Amino acid sequence: MRRRAADEAIFPAVVALLVAAIVGDALILSFGQNPGTVYRLLIEGTWGNAYGLGQVLYKATTLTFTGLAVAVGLRAGLFNIGAESQLAAGGFVAALVGLVLPSGLPALVTLPLYVLAAAAGGGAVGVLPGVLKAKFGAHEVITTIMLNFIVLALLNYLTAAHLKVPGSLHTAEIHAGALPRLSAMFAPFHGSAANVVIVIAAAASVLTGWFLFRTRRGFELRAAGLQPEAAEYGGVNVGGVWTRALLLSGALAGIGGLNFVLGYKHYYEEAFASGAGFLGIAVAIVGRNHPLGVVLAALAFATISQGGLAVNAVVPKQMVDVLQAVVIIAVAASVPGVRRMLRTAR
Amino acid sequence: MADAAPTTPAVRLADIHKSFGPVRANQSASLEVARGEIHALVGENGAGKSTLMRILAGIFAPDSGQMEVDGRDVTGWTAAQAIDAGVGMVHQHFMLVPTISVAENVILGRELTRGWQLDLARARREVEELSRATGLAVSPERKVADLSVGEAQRVEILKTLYRGAKILILDEPTAVLSPPEIGELWGVLRGMRERGETIVLITHKLDEVMEISDAITVMRHGRTVERLRTANTTPAEIARAMVGRDVQLAMNYVTEQAGAAAGQTRPSPAPPLLDVRGLVVEDVRHLTAVNGVSFSVAPGEILGVAGVEGNGQTELVEALAGLRRPRAGAIYIGSHDVTRLSVKERGDAGLSHIPEDRHARGLVLDYTVAENLILGQQHRFTRSVRLDAAKILENARRQIEAFDIRPADPALPARALSGGNQQKVVIAREMGRSFQVLLAAQPTRGVDVGAIEFIHGQLRQARDAGKAILLVSADLAEILALSDRIAVMYGGRFVAMLARREASEEVLGPFMTGAAAEQVA
Repeated sequence: MRRRAADEAIFPAVVALLVAAIVGDALILSFGQNPGTVYRLLIEGTWGNAYGLGQVLYKATTLTFTGLAVAVGLRAGLFNIGAESQLAAGGFVAALVGLVLPSGLPALVTLPLYVLAAAAGGGAVGVLPGVLKAKFGAHEVITTIMLNFIVLALLNYLTAAHLKVPGSLHTAEIHAGALPRLSAMFAPFHGSAANVVIVIAAAASVLTGWFLFRTRRGFELRAAGLQPEAAEYGGVNVGGVWTRALLLSGALAGIGGLNFVLGYKHYYEEAFASGAGFLGIAVAIVGRNHPLGVVLAALAFATISQGGLAVNAVVPKQMVDVLQAVVIIAVAASVPGVRRMLRTAR
Repeated sequence: MADAAPTTPAVRLADIHKSFGPVRANQSASLEVARGEIHALVGENGAGKSTLMRILAGIFAPDSGQMEVDGRDVTGWTAAQAIDAGVGMVHQHFMLVPTISVAENVILGRELTRGWQLDLARARREVEELSRATGLAVSPERKVADLSVGEAQRVEILKTLYRGAKILILDEPTAVLSPPEIGELWGVLRGMRERGETIVLITHKLDEVMEISDAITVMRHGRTVERLRTANTTPAEIARAMVGRDVQLAMNYVTEQAGAAAGQTRPSPAPPLLDVRGLVVEDVRHLTAVNGVSFSVAPGEILGVAGVEGNGQTELVEALAGLRRPRAGAIYIGSHDVTRLSVKERGDAGLSHIPEDRHARGLVLDYTVAENLILGQQHRFTRSVRLDAAKILENARRQIEAFDIRPADPALPARALSGGNQQKVVIAREMGRSFQVLLAAQPTRGVDVGAIEFIHGQLRQARDAGKAILLVSADLAEILALSDRIAVMYGGRFVAMLARREASEEVLGPFMTGAAAEQVA
């Protein structure tokens, strides 16, 4: 039973990668290039050197948070499309806190404050659709999509009207307790944006897994996601589960905002999320809503994204956007098919 | 007699094998049905009856074996070919579009057109004619959503006949019907037999088999174990073939116990454990479903609620369980007013609940047996915020043993169990802990004879241990076999309240259809 579950989780990803490779070959050939050369460039530019790896880890960090956010929602039976604005709100609130804290505070003091601030920012945006769903039955897909527009517009307004440095789209630089980059501990990462938020991402993955699969609240959350009527019968307040799940989901996405705002640029900038929230949906689905799967999927998508820059000289980097989309479609399409194949094979 | 004439049989299935992964649904199953007979295919749940019939209807292809229809080799044909050849199957779960009319549903897939347009007028005419010819009375203009379950089933049969079925397969057609509706169905089937059509009836209700069938094929564990002529057999013989051993049939129990119970009317001086006063409950559409019901259940008493489904029983039980807020009235467990308490709080107050739909409510199908055995009790299986895995496993092993849940694997998902064993998981969870009041809604629906015997035993044992049990069942035989008092629910009210010795199918029938009423409370 366990083995079959593992097979069913892994096979679709393998099939998807094969399909993506075939489509990728065709695209590369259509640009008159040799697939072997392009793939070698892609690997060399990502996992092949410390800077590239650092960039992959940096991108994977944000995607892990947004992937976890979407996965927690889906485990509770909710499709959170709002990770994009939750991510931005988390980064924004953390930046506000950073701007008022006295400079010179050590990271050990500021880090917990930043995590709390980012979680509060993202959580506030996440919990609203949860409450609307629990109280009025408003569908979370609609409300989270609409909140993306509202929240992003609001943040842009606040930044443009009150916070931005003239001539830029970002706030003033934050000096309080900057989070160290990985290059401070491991010199070859020099120049890459990877920073200690990656440690928080790893901890968040472990904690999310523990919460979902080891605690009573997690048991109730998953039951509500699988069969809300059975959960209700089992004494679970399903509306409460929805509210808490979207609060947690938003908080996770919000903490992801630290990666850019405090780990990389040290300021809040308009539209810094740049699609990482939406890509979190793909990460969660490819990762089968399991924290470990989410981490692996985040690394895969980060590799493809960084690889696009590495191969830009020979093929347009939009090619990797196409590849990313092919992976998503292939995974979505292959899950039922692969399951059937595995069943009949035994 | 059909077996006297040397004609080719309408259906001949020989040595059929079919596996789904590790599950062997059919192993060397066979079936021979003579033309123009009503043939009962009986067996416990999971015996492979539905699989064999889906193979005949072309929905599944057999792994091996031979299939003949009217002497023609049709091995491994498709559903479309089966329909073209006049083999039609009416499934247990209706496959109708609720938002469109009866006529539109019947012609769906075989739409009559005039140019580019649907010819609905002709469709209505044809459906009306077919309805008159077969006795399947239902108005072609009505929306399927507005039909009763019995009417919806007639539409299913009409749909199959409209496609030209000469061999009709019915999968447990009476599971959802009231006694009068069952009578009407038998009339329709007899009429079809007279016109020379062949009917295969999947069922596990022995009284039906005896009443309607000409011949019987018994399946057990995927194999065909017995072929019988109905005229030459007895229910006990069929039951033995189904289960593979002697079984205490529910009706026998009644006759044995009725005499004993008749004398000792259980006078209950003890105060009631469940007391319900003036309960009014709305259904999902905010229509009044339970309209002022009052009753009480004493310790050591089973109160049976009989009635055709859809007369407020579901809403009554859900209101008592805390799943639906009543509009008016009060509910007491002992002296404790639980009217405004949550599901969890009622559980802590001593309420257990076997829900009517184990697939939707009673089980989380993707959770393991062990996890399902704590559903609703999860707060008792924790160490601080963590679930106590060791305690959960220990509980599972104990319950699996005590309630004979098979296979005895706590890590198996509930989905992988047979219907009877799934129900045992629910029963084990609800009855294997301390409780005072039990709501048992359709406790044996869709489970096999062996499991019914077991579950009835458990209910009697709990009654004898002084628990108060409210038994809601659409199965009148079950109500009569277990109850000390019987209420009949019709149109949201209790229209009769009888002592067991005053009740019989004949007495209860008119109350169930609303023909008689003796307003109670």
